[in-house]
Amino acid sequence: MNRFAQLFTTLDQTTKTNAKVAALSDYFASAPDTDKLWTIALLSGRRPKRGVTTTLLREWAAEKAGIPLWLFEECYPIVGDLSETIALVLPPATGTSDKTLTQWLEVVRDIGQHDVETKKQIILSAWDSLPPIERFLFNKLITGGLRIGVSQKLMTRALARATQIEESTLAHRLMGDWTPDKTTFHDLILSENPEADASKPYPFYLAYQLEDLDALGPAADWRAEWKWDGIRGQLVIRTGQHFLWSRGEELITDRFPEFATLPDFVPDGTVFDGEILAWDHATDTPQSFNALQPRIGRKTVPKKLLKDAPAVLYAYDLLENDGQDLRDTSYDARRAKLETMIAALPKDAPIRLSATVPFADWPALAQLRETSRDRHAEGFMLKRGASPYLSGRKKGDWWKWKVDPLMIDAVMIYAQAGSGRRANLFTDFTFAVWNGNELVPFTKAYSGLTDTEFRKITAWVRKNTLQKFGPVRQVTPEHVFEIAFEGIQKSTRHKSGVALRFPRMSRWRHDKPLAEANTLDDLKEMLETYG
Amino acid sequence: MVLQFRPQGIYCPAGDFYIDPWKPVERALISHGHADHSRWGMQRYLATEAATPVIKHRLGDINIETIKYAEQRQIGGAKVSFHPAGHVPGSAQIRIEVAGEVWVASGDYKTVDDGLSEPFEPVPCHAFITESTFGLPVFKWDRQEDVIASLNAWWQANKDAGRFSVIGAYALGKAQRILANVDTSIGPILTHGAIENTNEVLRAQGVALPPTIRVTKDTNVKDHAGALVIATPSGMGGPWMRKFGQASTAFASGWMAMRGVRRRRSADRGFIMSDHADWEGLNTAIKATGAERIFVTHGYTTQFTRWLTEQGYDAAIVETEFEGESLDAPEQELAE
Repeated sequence: MNRFAQLFTTLDQTTKTNAKVAALSDYFASAPDTDKLWTIALLSGRRPKRGVTTTLLREWAAEKAGIPLWLFEECYPIVGDLSETIALVLPPATGTSDKTLTQWLEVVRDIGQHDVETKKQIILSAWDSLPPIERFLFNKLITGGLRIGVSQKLMTRALARATQIEESTLAHRLMGDWTPDKTTFHDLILSENPEADASKPYPFYLAYQLEDLDALGPAADWRAEWKWDGIRGQLVIRTGQHFLWSRGEELITDRFPEFATLPDFVPDGTVFDGEILAWDHATDTPQSFNALQPRIGRKTVPKKLLKDAPAVLYAYDLLENDGQDLRDTSYDARRAKLETMIAALPKDAPIRLSATVPFADWPALAQLRETSRDRHAEGFMLKRGASPYLSGRKKGDWWKWKVDPLMIDAVMIYAQAGSGRRANLFTDFTFAVWNGNELVPFTKAYSGLTDTEFRKITAWVRKNTLQKFGPVRQVTPEHVFEIAFEGIQKSTRHKSGVALRFPRMSRWRHDKPLAEANTLDDLKEMLETYG
Repeated sequence: MVLQFRPQGIYCPAGDFYIDPWKPVERALISHGHADHSRWGMQRYLATEAATPVIKHRLGDINIETIKYAEQRQIGGAKVSFHPAGHVPGSAQIRIEVAGEVWVASGDYKTVDDGLSEPFEPVPCHAFITESTFGLPVFKWDRQEDVIASLNAWWQANKDAGRFSVIGAYALGKAQRILANVDTSIGPILTHGAIENTNEVLRAQGVALPPTIRVTKDTNVKDHAGALVIATPSGMGGPWMRKFGQASTAFASGWMAMRGVRRRRSADRGFIMSDHADWEGLNTAIKATGAERIFVTHGYTTQFTRWLTEQGYDAAIVETEFEGESLDAPEQELAE
């Protein structure tokens, strides 16, 4: 695993993208094929099933380190990473190992078959044979969470450099339902065999938030659609089967049995891109995201949920038709095919066409956008009519033009340290609004401030802690923050009676005295208007 | 009680003096020159000979007496002596004996010999006041020679690539520790003004440091290509850094033991080097005193106190205004 550890060290020691790509492409040019395949798998979020619980790992690590379990548990939130905490508390290794990355991954893959005592022996001897960085990486592999600051996009770029294969071709080859056990580096990366995997989706094209409307040019070049909040999904129909993929490249076919009838009407070689929405069939409009939420985590769907929150694919693009990859054709051309195809489907098929919103000019569209909240839409998606379907997050042809967030000024009352990159820094805060003389907590937020602001607030929290409840500190009510959020809903779980969607700190209101923060009545009014 | 914990600081009633007080008092015994231990406004100060020049440099015209290590001095009903704490040059643990009962206030300390400070000496006592900056078992320092070797290798590699190597380190202690140990044959060494001020004070009192070049606004850094640049942690983020172009950056701190902190500082390298004791160091030092009562000040006080209690000590937390080693709080430095 030494070569992989060196790669990791190089990647971890630089923040520069070019240096990362260079290190990765060197690795791809020189490592054994099985190690390369595993590295690609790991960096694209594929990992062996966890064969040992983290509870056991914690116990064994504490025992080996000669410390009580409570002390280990105290260290974990401070370090912010379980694998690292284990690697740090353990005594130095007494042995060595020359196992490759692949061999270690085989250990990780197979460990689940053994009884607890054997598992413990395997883990302890691994810990005792690995130097610090390898030991950390082994823990990452065994706990199944290797995130090393390399996006799939960056990895694909490095792989393209090492193999001289087009980046977008590689991105497509890397999609879908493969594991290192079921394929080889040659079959996955090097061979040109598109039939290999009927389920394989296309890389998603992701939009940026619109920065400058004026830069878009003539309105006539653009198409607008309402943007609804659901689950981005790609529906693949090939070989008489259907496959539903989430944006995170998770196969979620079984969670949405509604789509099982589609291969009966939709010809093979069809791929839709769209939004999975909970649908109100009575009014033929989307339900709120809240209705869909209970279905996200569920592998099987109870009947009641299927009835209350039936899913449809709100289709906005056609990526494949008659087995032909359409991505290089224009949005308008793809859209025309999509409309024809959906028009031919029976009315009760679980697919809806994402309507285009006609508009004469930008001011007219801007005015219409003001009605987003009343329609429970998030705003518009803007797409250039002549644009191909690109892969990944690219600026230029697709934009999210979301409605401005809602805002409220709130008082910080609790603080908690973050983890990972934010370990040892207070970044997770609870905010309250006034109810008479009382401060009522209503939301948490942990993003939106700069590192400098987080450092400042951390120093302040340390000096202004009133009480500690485990990792949570109650602080002197003093600082007012502007909280931005996308939506507000009634909630029985929170004392305030409301739940916010995507709350974040948009501004530290140094200018605002404590007494001038908003009130619970203000929140309730927002609930009344937008809930 | 030989020592009491008061709002002004740690107080000795028998001798009517404070140790490292944070509010103005009549008489202060100072463990070392860092800003959270030696503050303004005391009528009289007492510190070791080696610590005094830096304290005077920082605090200006103060009424300060000096004392040699291990020299005994009677103050009222208390017998007082200072013993090396190994933290920075001149740093001391302060031993107070009243009617046969011995307490030691250790200030900040580390147990490894850093090749610069007077090495830590355990002082037998009945009650020991300890810091706990790194009082968790995840903090284990590598051997100094290994850290210095990787620092040298980093510098050499940057020099070969035509880059500056900029390392962030405390102006008093860490900066000189690097200077005293680094391989000076690799290239020239440039220093931030705040660090060079401390260097001058220490050189004047006879501490051996290699030659360094102060970076001023007139310095043409191109004349010193491939130099090691020692900066203050706050200087690292500021406009001061622009002079050095595409430099490789590093921090030297105990906090660099944690990957999350390293990534947040977004430096290229983190060298794990602290002037505070690690987990092993704290436990060994406490054991070596033979003390039964342990008072735990700044750091992971809750966890470390519970651990000590389970080890059979009579341990308690003491709230102080000491800060230990900090990367996130705005640093207090020697004035330029």
